[in-house]
Amino acid sequence: MAEGASEGLVLLDFWVSPFGQRCRIALAEKGVEYEYREENLRDKSPLLLKSNPVHKKIPVLIDHGKPVCESLNIVQYIDEKWPDRAPLLPADPYARAEARFWADLVEKKVCIPPPPPRMYESGTKLWKLKGEAQEEATKEFIEMLKLLEGELGDKKYFGGEMFGLVDIALIPFTAWFYSYEACAKLSTEKEVPKLVAWGKRCRERESVSKSLPDPLKVYEFVCFLKKVYGIE
Amino acid sequence: MDQPSSLKLLGSWADSHTHRVQLALKLKSLEFDYQEEDVVNISPALLLHNPVYKKVPVLLHKGRPVVESVVILQYIDETWTGNPLMPADPFERAVARFWCHFAEDKLAPAVGAVFSSSGEGQKAAVDQVHQNLKLLECEIRDGAFEGRRFFGGDKIGMLDIVLGCGSYWLSVFEEVMEVKLVDPESFPAFHAWLRDFEEQNEVKETIPAIDKLLEYARGVRQMMLTLSSSTITSVPATAAAAATTTGNDDVAVDAIDGSSG
Repeated sequence: MAEGASEGLVLLDFWVSPFGQRCRIALAEKGVEYEYREENLRDKSPLLLKSNPVHKKIPVLIDHGKPVCESLNIVQYIDEKWPDRAPLLPADPYARAEARFWADLVEKKVCIPPPPPRMYESGTKLWKLKGEAQEEATKEFIEMLKLLEGELGDKKYFGGEMFGLVDIALIPFTAWFYSYEACAKLSTEKEVPKLVAWGKRCRERESVSKSLPDPLKVYEFVCFLKKVYGIE
Repeated sequence: MDQPSSLKLLGSWADSHTHRVQLALKLKSLEFDYQEEDVVNISPALLLHNPVYKKVPVLLHKGRPVVESVVILQYIDETWTGNPLMPADPFERAVARFWCHFAEDKLAPAVGAVFSSSGEGQKAAVDQVHQNLKLLECEIRDGAFEGRRFFGGDKIGMLDIVLGCGSYWLSVFEEVMEVKLVDPESFPAFHAWLRDFEEQNEVKETIPAIDKLLEYARGVRQMMLTLSSSTITSVPATAAAAATTTGNDDVAVDAIDGSSG
């Protein structure tokens, strides 16, 4: 494929999905053009169903008719397809292993039985639950953020100077912090100030600021979902 | 070249995640020291090298730990590039990663659920396994892996290792639980692949003898029934540990594969 050529790149996505946003950020980092297609998740397109028959979920990146599914898989594919610019994984195998480990942790969170809640689901609990259950969920969520903050330390990004896979895996969820804070008694600024600062640094990158939704719009969406689920 | 003692694997004999790493090291002709870990009384070494999950396997290379089996496999593949486990083409690599994740995230927990359930719950779990195997079967027959002897082509690759080390539990559970999981008539392509995989010398050297695995599974099942837990979480730590964990605290899932690694 010719360098920079992006004809035939389609991203099936949903505007508020943090998983879709990971792909958008990666594509933007590489400066690759693509066609964005918004899916109606209540009425999934034949193309989506054909491209991801196993999970029937967005995001799906279709590269000249060949579908790649699952967001972190897509991000790695993008990195390998355009290796000549903006590497998203370091060159050193050990550093790559560390990046994969932490990206995987973001995916599955510190294991709490059962079933192992994911970061997205962990956060989802914050607005879906009430009372003691919500308090417990809030505690778990903070613990997970603190673990990640510990790994970040005083580095600019999770990979050091290089913005990469772990940053991309995590940053879309920061657009949901406002919503979590509004629904549960939570202040990310207080609990994980370094992580919040990291979030701000990431959003200074055009790839991120272009790809992440306005936290207020996310909150509107959460409120809409709460109505749908009948949660006050 | 590295000295043989530069590689050390902390593992557990009945743990499929450990087997994955052992197999990969064998395929790369890498010598390594092996340390059997007690998962009940977690060693200081395990706590030190895997503070987040406190589980096996842990690969130490020149003293530096790598954890989570799929991460370890990729590390091995990228550090020792002979006999590659992953394909070169980015799209092929994405396909391999996708199905590795499927094996971890969908198939393994479904198989684990068969082991840990009974009655109606077990029927549902068996159905789930069949559904997942059907998806794989289609992919082998006329999807991405059509015409291949192994997922990696003519030779075993990453996906063969991830799927293969753990698939032996299918026949073990079939016998212990008296259920039909991978009927060769319903899943001929999967069956053929598994048979070829298990015939490989390196695989034979890695996977424990079937009667040992049967004995082990029977033991865990007996313990679970004795405790007559209705949910997995009520199984106490000893039983969970005995199942040797690399995944979450689900005993049965741990016995074959966790949702991690």
